[in-house]
Amino acid sequence: MYLSQKSSDRRSLLNKVLTVVAGAFVVIALIPLLAVLTYVLIQGFGSLSLDLFTQLPPPPMVKGGGIANAIVGTLLMVGLASLISVPIGVGAAIFLAEFSHPIVGRWVRFATNVLNGVPSIILGVFVYGALVYTTKTFSAYAGAVALSILMLPTIIRTADEALKIVPQEIRWAALGVGAAKYQTVLMIVVPAAIPTIITGVTLAIARAAGETAPLIFTALFTQFWPNSLTQPTPSLAVLVFNFATVPFKNQQQLAWAASLILVLLVLTTSVISRFALRRKTF
Amino acid sequence: MTYSSPQTHIQGQSQADEVALEAVNLNIYYGSFLAVKDVSLKIARNKITSFIGPSGCGKSTLLRCFNRLNDLIESFHIKGQIYHENQDLYSRRVDPVLVRRRIGMVFQKPNPFPKSIYDNVAYGPRINGFKGNLDELVEQSLRQAVLWDEVKDKLKQSGAALSGGQQQRLCIARTIAVQPDVVLMDEPCAALDPISTLKIEELMNELKKQYTIVIVTHNMQQASRISDKTAFFNVQATERGGKQGYMVEFDDTVNIFTNPREVQTRDYVAGRFG
Repeated sequence: MYLSQKSSDRRSLLNKVLTVVAGAFVVIALIPLLAVLTYVLIQGFGSLSLDLFTQLPPPPMVKGGGIANAIVGTLLMVGLASLISVPIGVGAAIFLAEFSHPIVGRWVRFATNVLNGVPSIILGVFVYGALVYTTKTFSAYAGAVALSILMLPTIIRTADEALKIVPQEIRWAALGVGAAKYQTVLMIVVPAAIPTIITGVTLAIARAAGETAPLIFTALFTQFWPNSLTQPTPSLAVLVFNFATVPFKNQQQLAWAASLILVLLVLTTSVISRFALRRKTF
Repeated sequence: MTYSSPQTHIQGQSQADEVALEAVNLNIYYGSFLAVKDVSLKIARNKITSFIGPSGCGKSTLLRCFNRLNDLIESFHIKGQIYHENQDLYSRRVDPVLVRRRIGMVFQKPNPFPKSIYDNVAYGPRINGFKGNLDELVEQSLRQAVLWDEVKDKLKQSGAALSGGQQQRLCIARTIAVQPDVVLMDEPCAALDPISTLKIEELMNELKKQYTIVIVTHNMQQASRISDKTAFFNVQATERGGKQGYMVEFDDTVNIFTNPREVQTRDYVAGRFG
């Protein structure tokens, strides 16, 4: 059998070696993820209790307490940020994909990528200057604005891609039965792209929920319930940042619990986005 | 939106009533590049006219001029005129959206909207402000497209779940639901199996009682089977290395396939090139 494979052959040997090497790199790449997840799970799971979701953080040296105010604060600010960024982001994407001149579109996409690359701490400082310094107070809405700027590029880029995936023939068909451009876009193209757009939005939400730097400069933190949009507002990420660096055991435990909840939050949103994507049209 | 105006039936009316579309010295450009050269032809009302010719001869490009779908291409423009009901379709005052309501189009690849079967058909009438009984119109359109019996129990299901041939008939139903004057078909059977193709051809023969049909096809048997008139297009290389389409011959289908005037046409229909 002159066609039979010789395993000693240099070519097939190299083939095997390279496959093993590539596989090893995959394992190395996955180690940080698994390590972080297990460590957070182990450390955070022990401190999980119902109190976490109902109680305020205790003063130093006091036992018990929870992080309920931070959970509420994070949901509040991320929710508010979504209300700002989703309409603007999806609207911008619709303009890019459906209406813009190619040259304009190229520049706007470039600008979006630049915005995506701006470090989040810079966004925090910017919003500090624009909203905190001028109003003389840290506030939930300043935090929400900072997060919404952070979310914008992700939403624009994914929604833009989602709209571009919708086949050109569908647009022709709509125009062919006498639809105006806006009727084509609003009634045919956007509905077809919605599952993918939802994925982009959830990814942006997941990222915003975990951001710390922009919130330190804008929403700051309090030990109390957030009861006004114009006052400093706690969040999970800043709570982790604050409590992880203090020498009190109980606070550190709360920081671990907050980390676990944050990770779970991000995981669930990712799973939801996967689920939305399974229903996609194109 | 209906076309039962009495004057079309008066004897001795001018020839204009028999002509659904007319191209006069039509030159189609992409930028400065002349893609289709100097076409003049009259499309007869309530007849099937087919455009045949090798790839790149501009027959699809020409077809898309008739409902101004080429407007979507940035560099596209024409010289010459296309008339529909004595109106120049490319006149400044003409609204391309209204042109497309009168002159519908069926595409090569079946392209149902990602919506239910019902909504696919109802979309056109809805956006056109249809005031009558929508259920009735949907049923009537699906019947005309010979799809009703196959889908009447699943109108709420997605159009994408149908077979290719059914999807194409759904697209035809969607087009005629707007009650256009002319239906343009751009290789409507290219993606279909022979049985689905036959169904569409039978359907076209029914449709021509009510509509004028222009079809682009690569299938010469199809052209000879279904069409009353046939235009043959050919392609030539330009000095700048591009390809330029032009119309070689336009005549009754019988003449094109049995007794063409031009040698090029004879060679093409005999299968000697293309």
